[in-house]
Amino acid sequence: MFGLDTKDTRSLIIVAILVVLAPFILNPFPAASAMAQFNAGYPDLMQKFVIFGIFAIGFNILFGLTGYLSFGHAAFLGVGSYSCVWMFKLLGYNVIPGILLSVVISGIFALAIGYVSLRRSGIYFSILTLAFAQMSFSLAYSVLSNPKFNLTNGETGLQVYANDPQWFHRDSLPDLPHLFGLSMRATHKLEIGAWEFQLNVGYYLCALVMLGCFYLAIRIFRSPFGLMLRAVKSNQQRMNYTGLNTRPYTLAAFVISGMYAGLAGGLLSAVDPLAGAERMQWTASGEVVLMTILGGAGTLIGPVLGAGFIKYFENIFSKINDHVLHSWFAFLPDGIEDFVVFLIHPFIGKGWHLTLGILFMLVVIFLPGGLVEGGQRIGNWVRGRKRRKSKTATKTEPAE
Amino acid sequence: MSILEVKNVGKRFGGLQALSDVNLSVKENTVHAIIGPNGAGKSTLLNCLVGKLIPDSGSVMFDGQSVLGRAPYEINQMGISRVFQTPEIFGDLTVMENMMIPCFARRDGAFALNAMPSVGGQKDVLHKAEAMLEEMNMAEKRNMHAAALSRGDKRRLEIGMCLSQDPRLLLLDEPTAGMARADTNNTIDLLKEISDQRDITIAIIEHDMHVVFSLANRITVLAQGTPLVEDDPENIRGNPKVREAYLGETA
Repeated sequence: MFGLDTKDTRSLIIVAILVVLAPFILNPFPAASAMAQFNAGYPDLMQKFVIFGIFAIGFNILFGLTGYLSFGHAAFLGVGSYSCVWMFKLLGYNVIPGILLSVVISGIFALAIGYVSLRRSGIYFSILTLAFAQMSFSLAYSVLSNPKFNLTNGETGLQVYANDPQWFHRDSLPDLPHLFGLSMRATHKLEIGAWEFQLNVGYYLCALVMLGCFYLAIRIFRSPFGLMLRAVKSNQQRMNYTGLNTRPYTLAAFVISGMYAGLAGGLLSAVDPLAGAERMQWTASGEVVLMTILGGAGTLIGPVLGAGFIKYFENIFSKINDHVLHSWFAFLPDGIEDFVVFLIHPFIGKGWHLTLGILFMLVVIFLPGGLVEGGQRIGNWVRGRKRRKSKTATKTEPAE
Repeated sequence: MSILEVKNVGKRFGGLQALSDVNLSVKENTVHAIIGPNGAGKSTLLNCLVGKLIPDSGSVMFDGQSVLGRAPYEINQMGISRVFQTPEIFGDLTVMENMMIPCFARRDGAFALNAMPSVGGQKDVLHKAEAMLEEMNMAEKRNMHAAALSRGDKRRLEIGMCLSQDPRLLLLDEPTAGMARADTNNTIDLLKEISDQRDITIAIIEHDMHVVFSLANRITVLAQGTPLVEDDPENIRGNPKVREAYLGETA
């Protein structure tokens, strides 16, 4: 279906079902229960899941296929965010022009940065992209936000003010980002028994875009172009002596992944019309590297899993505080309760990075293929057990 | 008619004159061997032919066109394929994918943004790669990772990848270096078959005299960066100058 083989069609359909049903799947605990804080099915977080999923899918086209490790992809995310907000300021709150412009501008940025950075490979390429991203960050943070020429609004972040032109804005339209009048914040609350599910317009728009991106990524992975990108990773020498020019291949991959990042940035602005320079910082670039490696670089579904995993920890673990811990361990005697809370304390709240770091180390050491490899191993183990069972069954029968 | 004309080529690395005044003419549909002791400049000469190095002086003409200043991928597209001393293949990809890449390169040129159609739908390339694997007796290994192949099979695959492009000139850089006797003989048979059955010119750099004399129709002996003699194999064997170059004056 859609020009994919059965296996890829199946994974696309599974992802589509998961994404559509995410508001239900991510809210397994009743709203009033003690476990409700582990619910991730609220619009803000779900939007982050799919938007950073797009970011990671795009990053994986570059890193997973060609092996070129960019440490500057957050620059494209930031550029996309700023472009989208500028469209809000100039044209009005419809998200379509903003998202389109964010893809175009980040593509142009990626072309320029990629053209220079791809003259080198390996660690030198990574350092060049890092340098470009940090330059973009400081441009956005200070240089381009002086009173004479204010493109980024510096520390405050770029946002829409009442005196902005917004040429196509009419009073009948919502005063927030919208899709032809349908506000991004519009949320339908569905209460079923003790559960509450939130169906949000912004989330479903982002989810739809992510499915489109995922589909395109599958096509790219399975195409002759994708094969060439994997060949770049494997042996550039052989490629050159096989009549293939590696430079345009890597540049095309870089631009495509930059456009994915710009699209993610545009969507971030579309659901929350405020673009800050911190989105371009090197920690943000590092985050997408972690997402891709954690999920499984070079696999189709891995980056999406990695993005969800990290965003879940960032938002859920960071919310657990000592107070919550005390309520969990209240059944223990006082002294022991304090001791247990003392032990766990560094790993929660602001310490969620510590937990993430440990998990990342465990995954990289024991599952070099990321979460996807973990899934495959579990799958193989289950299948192997079944096979052994059926074998022993058939073996014992003739003996009796 | 000669397909490759090397005229007065010189190359210097700092204080070392690696090549000086090299003249070489490779005739079409022959097997031309370039031999010489260590440090004679064989590999430097080969690198000048494929675009890895640019000679300081002289000219290299392939089929009437200069190759100087062109990138390796452009020279390959002109019709020169190169086999490396240690097999250069795509180790992370399957044998079939390895064979398809040169077919795509020949069909689509040095770059094509062919990102939407699936590889499985490219029937012409699939058939060509499949046929080449059959010819190399590697069809049953098509789904293996190339890195897992034996040394001899890697060499076969690399030669097959070069042949799938229908090159006019095949350059081989010590194709049997480090091989066991049996593998060496297999490679000799394979190359003989290729030169007999195909409309192809082969230039081979080799150390092993057994390989050279079983394959070559014409031999150029290189010593200290300059050609000593160019002659037919039977004349080379008894040539005192060649013996001197290989064994030293006292011998």
